[in-house]
Parts: sequence; structure tokens; C-alpha cells
Amino acid sequence: MTNRILRITTLLLGLFLLYPAPGSAETPLPTIHEPEGKGLKCVEPEEVMRRDHMEFILHQRDETMHEGIRTSKYSFAECINCHVEPDEKGHIASSKSKDHFCNGCHEYAAVTIDCFECHADRPQKHIKRGKKTATIQQDLHQMLSANNDNGGELK
Amino acid sequence: MSDKINSSRREFLGKSAAVGAITIAPGILLHQVANAKPDDVAVTDKVRWGMLINTDKCDKGCTDCIDACNNEHRLSGFGRPETDAQYIRKVTLRDKQTGHELSLPLMCQHCETAPCVDVCPTGASFKRADGIALVDKHICIGCRYCMMACPYKARSFVHENLTNQTLSAPRGKGTVESCTLCVHRIDKDQIPACVEACSKGKHDAMIFGDLNDPNSKISKELEKHGGKQIRADLQLNTAVRYQGI
Repeated sequence: MTNRILRITTLLLGLFLLYPAPGSAETPLPTIHEPEGKGLKCVEPEEVMRRDHMEFILHQRDETMHEGIRTSKYSFAECINCHVEPDEKGHIASSKSKDHFCNGCHEYAAVTIDCFECHADRPQKHIKRGKKTATIQQDLHQMLSANNDNGGELK
Repeated sequence: MSDKINSSRREFLGKSAAVGAITIAPGILLHQVANAKPDDVAVTDKVRWGMLINTDKCDKGCTDCIDACNNEHRLSGFGRPETDAQYIRKVTLRDKQTGHELSLPLMCQHCETAPCVDVCPTGASFKRADGIALVDKHICIGCRYCMMACPYKARSFVHENLTNQTLSAPRGKGTVESCTLCVHRIDKDQIPACVEACSKGKHDAMIFGDLNDPNSKISKELEKHGGKQIRADLQLNTAVRYQGI
């Protein structure tokens, strides 16, 4: 009798665990923010951009870096300028947040990108001046005056 | 492969430029064409960007060029001046015999035969056709051989995670960097931030221009008064020259 109850309970428990909880059936699709007034139309059709945007950026990257070609069509800076905009409160999501234009999809697709280790994740006008720039200036001035007191020893 | 194509293309361009120089009246067109580069055209070796610094006009206590550079590239400090990124350093030299002191800004000298490019194992350190020595940070593995090789101690390594970079000057942890001669400004026909700051501060100690163009201000000044290379014995043919040293 105890055995039977145990068997039924295990079976029920198993079924319960197998059955997905309502609402969490799948990861919700990322919402793509539409650049204001421009719709979802990018420099290429949407399906091309989805599949090949990284190729465009990679190609342009080498041309810009090595040959000084700075056309804006496939420029990384232009992606950011057009797609990254502040929300109603004027806040711009960081590149690590799922609300950032790039990271929304990349998080969904589980693709880690390191573009933003070096590149700015927001348009130039929204970049605040680094707090630490001031310190380097002070350090330099200190070092300079110390050097001058040393009789100009090269440091 | 692409290098091969480029070199033959450059050769061709060089020849056509030479023909042009004969047919066009001297000093009118060619350098102007080279300066006003459209966005979709690759840089060529018709131009070699360089800088001339007059140490007599460089004020010992002045850091206008360094401040402008730090601001332009958002160089941020971590309170460790020994390792914090520096594109320009102010060096004061004193002749022990005479007591004569001079002060000069020292940055990447954009050598023609650059030791940093020679030693780079990945090809990240490279020379652009117009003579600017750069680091392609996409390829840089942060080994720092170039820092060892540079006789001018011009390069820095980024040790920390960075934030607040500008769109025009990407920089990040684990890569080596140095003066880019403000390549992003040059491509927009602007002069480097340091040179601009120096003339704005009414010091006029720095001249920027095309060394290949005999009619540019820098070439004329160099022809008239000369300009020395630092460590000329290394025969690196630097693009940054100094007067008064």
C-alpha cells in the first residue's frame, strides 16, 4: 500500500516537473527599438541586415583602420548614432543591458560581442566626460613640477 | 595579395602623379588634391604627415598640447602616472655644462622604418600609407613587444576596463596605444588636437603638414631652418622633427 502511494506520488511529481510552468514556455523575443522617424529600414533590407550586419561592419572596420576610408553607410559609429536613442526619461541603456539596441538581440541569441569594450555604446552627444580625466591632468601637472624640481630628469 | 595589389596601384598612381607634376604648373594642384581626400578614397603615400616642433617656443610649464590630447582621446587616469596612458609626454632637458634648459613634447615619432611595426607578431602595429604609425586594436594581443621596441617610450598599455570612450577614439583594456597623429581628424581635413591647442594658446611651437609637399608650411620651414630627429643615429627617418635641440 505504502509502495503504491509512493509510486503514484513520484509519477505525479515527475509529470509536474515535465510540464512547463505557464508563461515561461520560451524566452520572449527581443523588442527592437525603431529609430525615430526612420522606421526599421536600415542601409540594407531587414533580412540582409539580420544575417550579414557583422560582415558589413567587419569589412568597413579594416577599410577605415588601414586605408582611412570613412564612408558612413556601413560605419559602426553610424549604427550607434541611428539606433541608440534615449528613452522617454532621457536614459540610454548601457551595452550590457538587454534594452540596448545591439545587446537585446545578442543576449537573446546568446552571442557575446566585445565591440563595446573599446567602442562607445551611445552617440557622441550622449557621452559624458569621464570623471577620471581630471585626475590624469592633475597627476601630470604634479609630475611635471616634480620633474622640473629634479632638474629635468626624464621620467 | 591585397598588399601586392596596393603596391602596384600605388606605383601606378605615383607614375601618373609624376606625369601630372610635369604637365601641371608646379605647386598648384597635386598636394591640394591629396589634402582634400573624399571619404571613400583610400589614403596614399603621396602624402606623408609630419610635425615640426620648435623647442624655443615651447614653454616649460605649459601642458596645452597634453591637455588637448587627453581630452580628444579621453585618456583617463587611475592615479598611477607610471602606467596611465600617455600619448604625449613633456620632457625637460638640461645641459649640465651650461645649465641651458629646454622643454619639448615627446610623442610617437611616426618613424618611416618603425621598430614597433617590425616586432609586432600579429600585424597590429602598422604604418598607414600616409606615414602614420597605428595600432589596429582589433588585432593587438597586448604582448607589448612594440612598447619594448620603441626608442621613444611612446606607447602605453591599457590595464583597466574603460568607459566613456569617444566614438572617434575607441580604446580598451588589453591593447597597446599611442599617438595616432589624430588620424580621425586628419581624415576630416583637420589638424591634430595638440597642434590646434598650441596655436590657440598663442605658442605656435608646433607645425603640422605634409612632408612630401615641398610647398607646405612645414616643408618650407624645414628646408629653411632644418629640423633634427631625436635619436637620429637610429636612422628611423621620423616624421616628427625638432628645432632648437
